[in-house]
Amino acid sequence: MKYILQRLAFYLFTAWAAITLNFFIPRLVPGDPVQSLITKYQGQLSTKSIQSLYVLFGLDKDKSLWSQYIDYWKQLFHGDLGLSFTFFPAPVSQVIGQALPWTLLLVGITTVISFVLGTSLGVVAGWRRGSWADGLLPVTTFFSSVPYFWLGIIAIYLLAGPDSFFPSSGGFDSGLVPAWDQYFIPSAIQHSLLPALTILISSVSGWILSMRNMMVTVSSEDYITVAHAKGLPERRVAVAYAARNALLPNISGFALALGFIVGGTLLVEIVFSYPGLGYTLLQGLGAKDYPLMQGVFLVITISVLVANLLADIAYLLLDPRTRKEG
Amino acid sequence: MTIPTSSIEQVIPGQGSMAQPEEPRPGRSRRQRFLFVRNKKAATGLVILAGYTIVGVIGPWVAPYDPSARGNDLVQGPSAAHWFGTTHLGQDVFSQILVGTRSVMLVGFLAGAIATVLSVLIGVTAGYLGGKTDDSLSMLTNVVLVIPAVPLMIIITSVLNNASDMLVALVIGLTSWSWNARVLRAQTLSLRRRDFVEASRASGESTWRIIVFELMPNLTAVIASGFVGTVIFAVLSEITLAFIGVVSNSGWNWGTILFWAQGQQALGQDAWWWFVPAGLAIALLGTSLSLINFGIDEFVSPRLRSAGKTKLRTASGRTVRMRIGFTPVLENSPLPKTHAVVATPVMREAK
Repeated sequence: MKYILQRLAFYLFTAWAAITLNFFIPRLVPGDPVQSLITKYQGQLSTKSIQSLYVLFGLDKDKSLWSQYIDYWKQLFHGDLGLSFTFFPAPVSQVIGQALPWTLLLVGITTVISFVLGTSLGVVAGWRRGSWADGLLPVTTFFSSVPYFWLGIIAIYLLAGPDSFFPSSGGFDSGLVPAWDQYFIPSAIQHSLLPALTILISSVSGWILSMRNMMVTVSSEDYITVAHAKGLPERRVAVAYAARNALLPNISGFALALGFIVGGTLLVEIVFSYPGLGYTLLQGLGAKDYPLMQGVFLVITISVLVANLLADIAYLLLDPRTRKEG
Repeated sequence: MTIPTSSIEQVIPGQGSMAQPEEPRPGRSRRQRFLFVRNKKAATGLVILAGYTIVGVIGPWVAPYDPSARGNDLVQGPSAAHWFGTTHLGQDVFSQILVGTRSVMLVGFLAGAIATVLSVLIGVTAGYLGGKTDDSLSMLTNVVLVIPAVPLMIIITSVLNNASDMLVALVIGLTSWSWNARVLRAQTLSLRRRDFVEASRASGESTWRIIVFELMPNLTAVIASGFVGTVIFAVLSEITLAFIGVVSNSGWNWGTILFWAQGQQALGQDAWWWFVPAGLAIALLGTSLSLINFGIDEFVSPRLRSAGKTKLRTASGRTVRMRIGFTPVLENSPLPKTHAVVATPVMREAK
């Protein structure tokens, strides 16, 4: 319990750091960004949003940096992330709210499949070293060096097309309205297959490699020799003795990997015009929509922190040593 | 993208890193260096990397065309005149790749260097000094580690309008040092109680001398592998940033090519030559760097080498599968009579 509380305190601190970073980034912009935005949107911005822009960029001359910071926090606690320019006059929180489920489902499901698949393949590759399984290594090395989005482009080129089963863009058929019914869900699944496959292929190799190396290291431990000497079936030694212990570093490596996977997913969404956070971010980038970009960053960071906390809990359940300390 | 592929980087909580670098023996160092190059993976990786470096240096001079010059052949497939075809403006894709190599290599290595220097400063200091310093530096490292780097980079570079290569390298370097710092801290922790460090402390060497001359040589492999890993990450990040168009598009790099290919509907026009070469160039560079990392890894921890031929035939005609860490078991050997009796409790457990 103490362990979980410690981790929770750490993630709260990190969230605070990320939010503070988010507060300071727009204040790095040289010159008067608001003026250039007003010129760009020629009269489309209301006085209220111009005012909120000045507050966002910290150009509100009447207030000190500290009181701006306090205001920023007040806004956040009200769930107010400002107004988006791209989807004017929709508030950022609403735009993100629409995009978030797509990304969460896509990343969540593919990450879990990729972790399970990669780890099991890694167990085989590490246990059967010196057999055909070593042939996996060069292939996985190659795939782990390819950018996600390029693989997505190739996948669209090879597999998608007007006559193909796989649609090349979007999250659902344009004729449908998002709802939980028998028309929308199959269409959404069909549209997510190719992006999911792309993320899966790019991310699975990392798990295979790290698991293989851990298996190799673990399999020369004394307790493995003991298990062999006891005459236990090979399978049981591999799974219950070696793999179980080799799994731990892989789970603690989850924290780092997740950041990478999320980053890669954003790009895959852009390639597939998938209606998630990545595509929203791209639209924000094109229009220099700072409130939207910052909102996306904030939401991604917080989701990653929550996922990390879940991984920590899983680690706690798997590793008795951490339990004893607590 | 890349998850650290090196087992040196896998830190088991409380135990430090998996692979402990051997302590250097002065007389053997030259032979060991040759050993590293003799490793097939490392050698292949180094040769490919050297090729890229040469192209990075001479690319702009040997490119057959000016990469930005427009031509009359629009979206043409590969031909003798344009090896990798042309773009929507008739630009030569082959020249774009050649010219773009310099920016990719420059940003990759610069960002790698910045991140490595930071990680050594922070990681080794935290690990060696311990106490309050360690607590605050570890906290900093972990915070930077969990904040997703790619979105952060995208936001920062988009705020810095039209960032140049140098600025991009700086941003990537500043956001990607944390993992190596954590690995180095763990490694330093396990080194600092070793006898040779205690001895130099007892003989009154200054802290900085101990860190630079006693600890650092033992961390070389970890630092090198971290550097290579960061270069891979930096290259991918730079290309990502260029692909979504947040950096300056005046220069060429492989991401810029992909940016135009995506923006100008290369897919819809079946113009595979537009995006395939850039992607393969990235993949080959990434593979070569990973191979170097495998080489470093296997050099430090020989267990990880892919085993060669492992099935052996004994004189009596039996086949034995050799595996490191396992005692070979002769298959179809008659079980000793006593075996069954001994095995009973184990058998029960096996169920």
